[in-house]
Amino acid sequence: MWYRRLLLALLLAPALLWLFALIILPHLDLALLSFRERVAPREYVASLAQYRTFFGEPLYWHVFVRTALMSAIATVLTLLVAFPIAWIIAKLARGRMSALLFVVCLIPFWVSETVRTLGWMILLRESGVLPALLVHLGITREPVELLYHDATILVGLVYTSLLFMVVPLVSSLESLDNALIEAAYDLGGKGWSILREIVIPHAAPGITAGCIVVFMLTLGNYLTPTLLGGKSSQWFTEQIYTQFITRFNWEQGAAFGFLLLALSTAMVWLGLKISGQRFSDVMRRA
Amino acid sequence: MISISGRCVLTVLLVLGLVAGAPARADNAKVLRIITWADYVPAEVVAQFRKETGIQVEVTLSNNEEMISKLRATGGAGFDLAQPSQDRIFGAQQEFGIYKPFDTSKVRLDEFVPELLATVRTNATIGGRLYGLPYVWGTEGLVYNSKRTRISDYGDLCKPELRGRTAVRLKRPTLMAFALASGKNPFALYGDTKAYTALMQQIGKTLTACKANFRFFYDNKDQLLNGMRTGEIYAAMMWDSGGWALNRENPDIKFINPRSGAIAWMDTFALPARGRNDAGAYAWINFVMRPEIAAKVAKSIGNFTAAKGADQLMDPRVRAQFAESFPDGLKNIKWYPAIPPGLEAIEGEVLDRVKAAD
Amino acid sequence: MNAPTIAVSGATPDLEVRSVSKRFATHVAVDTLSFSVARGSFFSILGPSGCGKTTLLRMIAGFIQPDSGDIAIGGRSMAQVAPNRRPVNMVFQHLALFPMMSVAQNVAFGLARRGVGRAERLRRAEAMLERVGLAGAGGKRTDELSGGQRQRVAIARSLVLEPTLLLLDEPLGALDLKLREHMKLELKQLQSAFGTTFVYITHDQSEALVLSDHVGVMNHGRFEQLGTPQELYYSPATSFVADFVGANNRLAGKALSITASLVEVDTGGGWVVRARRHGEIAAGAAVEAFIRPEAAMLGRTPAELPAGQTAHSGEVTGMLFDGANSVVLLRESRSGLQLRIALPQTGAYSDLTVGARVCFTFDPERAICFPARAASA
Repeated sequence: MWYRRLLLALLLAPALLWLFALIILPHLDLALLSFRERVAPREYVASLAQYRTFFGEPLYWHVFVRTALMSAIATVLTLLVAFPIAWIIAKLARGRMSALLFVVCLIPFWVSETVRTLGWMILLRESGVLPALLVHLGITREPVELLYHDATILVGLVYTSLLFMVVPLVSSLESLDNALIEAAYDLGGKGWSILREIVIPHAAPGITAGCIVVFMLTLGNYLTPTLLGGKSSQWFTEQIYTQFITRFNWEQGAAFGFLLLALSTAMVWLGLKISGQRFSDVMRRA
Repeated sequence: MISISGRCVLTVLLVLGLVAGAPARADNAKVLRIITWADYVPAEVVAQFRKETGIQVEVTLSNNEEMISKLRATGGAGFDLAQPSQDRIFGAQQEFGIYKPFDTSKVRLDEFVPELLATVRTNATIGGRLYGLPYVWGTEGLVYNSKRTRISDYGDLCKPELRGRTAVRLKRPTLMAFALASGKNPFALYGDTKAYTALMQQIGKTLTACKANFRFFYDNKDQLLNGMRTGEIYAAMMWDSGGWALNRENPDIKFINPRSGAIAWMDTFALPARGRNDAGAYAWINFVMRPEIAAKVAKSIGNFTAAKGADQLMDPRVRAQFAESFPDGLKNIKWYPAIPPGLEAIEGEVLDRVKAAD
Repeated sequence: MNAPTIAVSGATPDLEVRSVSKRFATHVAVDTLSFSVARGSFFSILGPSGCGKTTLLRMIAGFIQPDSGDIAIGGRSMAQVAPNRRPVNMVFQHLALFPMMSVAQNVAFGLARRGVGRAERLRRAEAMLERVGLAGAGGKRTDELSGGQRQRVAIARSLVLEPTLLLLDEPLGALDLKLREHMKLELKQLQSAFGTTFVYITHDQSEALVLSDHVGVMNHGRFEQLGTPQELYYSPATSFVADFVGANNRLAGKALSITASLVEVDTGGGWVVRARRHGEIAAGAAVEAFIRPEAAMLGRTPAELPAGQTAHSGEVTGMLFDGANSVVLLRESRSGLQLRIALPQTGAYSDLTVGARVCFTFDPERAICFPARAASA
């Protein structure tokens, strides 16, 4: 019926408009920006210079690779931390207990990312709570600086990402029939072989979904790596910000933005390939 | 996922709210939108201005780079008055055309300290027309904890015993300071791209070699102030107002004029190219340049203003601190000249290398 | 019930359960239960849901630890042995085939866990699939199989490990009736072909009777009776067994007079029946009498019934035609009690209609009378 279609179109219109006006249009604009070069004040020509700069300047792709690697490590760590939590929520805890655990994972999101990260800084700085505690317990003789290390960034990123990993994992683990685990055990399986042969294959869509979401969030994170990172720590989003805001070099910033988009697309594709999942299945889990 | 869709819904509501809220704004002439630095527009002054003129002031806090970027993004719209540093007007105007010139007949120029006005005239005049007026000035020098160490120039931040105990901003003022400390005058090389690049690269090497001494590169004043207060940082590059604030809390912390000279900055008034309320902007400028209002502003910022006679009304404690930090008065102070377009790219590359170095 | 043991010639029983108890909070799931299962036999545990049979099975498999008592499999105590190390495998209620693996991988799973090499385990899995009639199905996904085939995979997956004991947890429960009948036969054939000891739990008495060599009828954590299907059917030890195993007409009443072997029961309403006495019954005590539908004989008039037996009369309230299992439902004239009586297979009474009056009789020796249960259902 034509009026049904009209109704559907009207219902979808706000979402499509939003998608077009706030996501697609700016990206088209950025794409155009990234392919031009300043030759003189207010004078620009079409060029691949921005991309050439990226590949020609080791500094930039070092930061790029570093950001990708750190994000991958953070994703793996998040998975390792989230899996037992998800297992407990899905399989062991009952009723209120599992709701409580969910809330615990949600707590980080009750305060803004800025406040949360500043909280970490107060906790970890040399004159902060944790170093003082370490001295008090006799573990270190002098307060040590726990801030400004790569490990600190990782801890912050894992903490921020935990919920986004736990949710898809719980939903995929909940659908795992306990009888399958018992059957595997009954047939001589042990903890590790059951995990590898039964649990992980079953939870694969959830694991992939969680990893994709966490990887993308981490890759695109700005505050946590910038505030917790040390004086040598660079994150690619920070580089994009710098190009746009402090260098007034929108062309370079746009090119960097597209390179980051390409990276995250490539990683998603790779993740799906490695885990043998289909995008639509995985997105249903997320 | 719950929280993602939650965020989306929030975003949509926000956008809808902005769209719905826009027409509800008051009459253009009744609102003055200023993009400026923290503390530059004290609430008390805003209230008095409103009482006298009926104009409501809306303040957006920012810094030099963001001011330029925001105005660039809108082609100079969205604000009626901006307050960039005097050296950042020329290049930005050349490159992006985000400002419009002042009609000097609408400003009471005799309210300004003549030397400061002259500096801005030199740096912010394009095609014979003036694009900036002085507002507040101050210096960037060194701050140190005298219980821990004693330093006299920028280069002293790299002394071996200060390993991990100093901090600077990873921005152009630091490059300028270390260039001055190396005995060169970077400002003289502004016009010579090649020589300037070579100097910057040399300073980049100096900073890289000194990197072990920097505990962090700070992005905002509070980060450094906290570092000094807690004793994590012994010595740092710092603005005079911040140094004096620390000195008031703890007399052991001193702000000094380095041997190579403190670098003086001056923030200005500038009219965004597509501002809607120029009359309001002129009214505001004339209002805050009155000595008694300027003194209030100076108290809020902790720096001196460009208003004639406001010095005399300044907090005597700050005047005493100024005298202690600058025993020779303003003799050994370096003013930033206007930055020609393109310099930031050279500096940016050097700064990136310093950051990436291990 | 004292430890009932099924006599086997000398060999160690494959399963021995000795005074095993299990309690959950206030509820006693298994109550000091003892029995043993002879090698190579098909043993069923039959009982209504909640009787403790699943708990018992899971204790044998090792998923639950008994509070007291011991379980020995193949003569070895299983007290400290984890489920993955017991010579026992289980066929789960919903089979629990691994959906992420092919049929052959399912069957080879246990062999892989025992460290059998890849080629060898695939060969053995294929051989096992052939034995259960699934030759060539190894490469299929489990959801491509029919319900019966899936069950055979589940059994093959367990039997390929050559367990001493195979536990089956109501595997037919989820199947439709026709397939269930078919799978009953198949299970029986598989069991005799492999010779493995099967311990089978079910709430379906017909499955238990058809399949088993011996059946333990379980109620409230204890065995009411342990015996062959024939013993359960013809000589129920308790009124629960009489009620639960096979179709039966239950008549509650009061004992009028007791002779050496017979009891006269007043069913209320003045209808008196006679039945074989089981257990101590005093005159005036509450009793339950049971008459199997096939133990009664039908006649249109008293004259058609065998001489010398008491004739009773009733009115037809319904005909349930089910081929050889057809019954007629009667309302007894004096008591108004409902009875079901088997129709002879001659088809002689196929013209009976609702409302018709008929006579019936039964041999008191084939009816049985128990003292009433304390809390009779």
